[in-house]
Amino acid sequence: MPAKEQAIMVDLAVTSKRDLNAALHALPTNTNETHWRVANPEGAHALAAGVNAPVTIEIDGHAGYYCAGMNQLATVIVNGNAGVGVAENMMSGRVHVKGDASQAAGATAHGGLLVIDGNASARCGISMKGVDIVVKGSIGPMSAFMAQAGNLVVLGDAGEALGDSLYETRIFVRGAVKSLGADCIEKDLRPEHVEILSQLLTDAGVEGVSPSEFRRYGSARGLYNFHVDNASAY
Amino acid sequence: MCGIVGLFLKDPELEPELGRLLADMLVVMTSRGPDSAGFAVYGGGTADHLKITVRGPNLDEVAKALAGVAVATKRDTHMVLSFAASAEDQVRGWIALTRPDLVVTGTGKRIELYKEVGLPRQVADRFALPAMAGTHGIGHTRMATESAVTTDGAHPFSTGRDQCLVHNGSLSNHRSLRRKLEHEGLNFATDNDSEVAAGYISWRLREGDSLTAALEAGLEDLDGFYTFVIGTENGFAVMRDPISCKPAVMAETDQYVAFGSEYRALVGLPGIEQARIFEPEPAHAYVWERN
Repeated sequence: MPAKEQAIMVDLAVTSKRDLNAALHALPTNTNETHWRVANPEGAHALAAGVNAPVTIEIDGHAGYYCAGMNQLATVIVNGNAGVGVAENMMSGRVHVKGDASQAAGATAHGGLLVIDGNASARCGISMKGVDIVVKGSIGPMSAFMAQAGNLVVLGDAGEALGDSLYETRIFVRGAVKSLGADCIEKDLRPEHVEILSQLLTDAGVEGVSPSEFRRYGSARGLYNFHVDNASAY
Repeated sequence: MCGIVGLFLKDPELEPELGRLLADMLVVMTSRGPDSAGFAVYGGGTADHLKITVRGPNLDEVAKALAGVAVATKRDTHMVLSFAASAEDQVRGWIALTRPDLVVTGTGKRIELYKEVGLPRQVADRFALPAMAGTHGIGHTRMATESAVTTDGAHPFSTGRDQCLVHNGSLSNHRSLRRKLEHEGLNFATDNDSEVAAGYISWRLREGDSLTAALEAGLEDLDGFYTFVIGTENGFAVMRDPISCKPAVMAETDQYVAFGSEYRALVGLPGIEQARIFEPEPAHAYVWERN
């Protein structure tokens, strides 16, 4: 096993968050400074937001709002909880929250993988546009609201109004769903879905859980497709 | 946007630290509300005594006039008058007749309630919050969005004895609810929607509801966005609207229950690293009470 390169330590009790983020933003994609560790985050907002380089950033503690927002290429690991909007609008890369995530986790994200070891609260994956989200705990109400593309995988339960006004995001839930939102229905778990789910569980480091334990939910496509009966209205 | 905080102690050994801890929480929330700040602290009290917190000019004159009846403790623009419960009519009568300009911010056995315009750090220091002791307290930092930045518009609001409320959000049916509550005999000092929420809870409690039942009734009757933190003589409660529009995070240990609009407000609390951190569920009344 090769020796792990020395991580660059940033202590937010000493260094300002702006300086940290500026240093991360300045990294070229071929940087040698590939491993960063952030101490004393104390719930600060916008930590490691807007990074665009294939580096690993570990946050040792709880993060505030919009941690790893707009992420591209980077792996951001939160060794704690994350506040509102973790990985919102992520384009690529990987964000891993070891604790719980607050509201709107992965909101509007286009790509990459968001893994939450604990629970995510309300509106997880709201308007997601291609990101894959794996939540090992449960998710709160109004999750995947107007979700457009990507996969939301939940090992626990889902709160009220799951997938309301859903477009083409696939939702996989292993536990109970409190209620489905408008135009969200249960669908068959076909072989191609088992394949997708299996890969996502592997990518998220989930072991001992079979894709067959999940139920799939998706759009009934009754809301966002034009209904010919309404043609006379124009 | 506003910031709200609350701290309810389970461990009496922390009581001398209440003001210091609450002040630090309040100051962290400056970014959510730099216009004005306020707080209520539940300190010592006895069954046959009352405390009235008043705000206004020429407070030394008040202390002088009521000497022998009330013990007056002046803190900047506010003064706490402490007196035997039997002297209540006398004290209130004097205020009504001689100093109707005074604003009563809170009344009860244990509550003291202070609010002012200014940065939360300045407000906390003007009233010497860090030195205050007590069992629980709540606080608010205000960023006014619709009404003027005035002391009257600052939270907490108290509409019943030893009761107070801080609110992050806005209510859409406060006008109609106000009329209903006025019909029920409640009086409001301001046009603020949050005061109506406080009045609503006071009304339900007056009608015999438990704190939990009062809040659950509020889920039906209050329309709008809210995260509330509420104090009563022995209780502490938190409730969020059914879509959890406004942020909230809580921490609980064997020593305390703490609330913050953001986790940042809680980082200075003792043992926070080991605390159970959780986000209160929408439309659920969380209540802690001391026996």
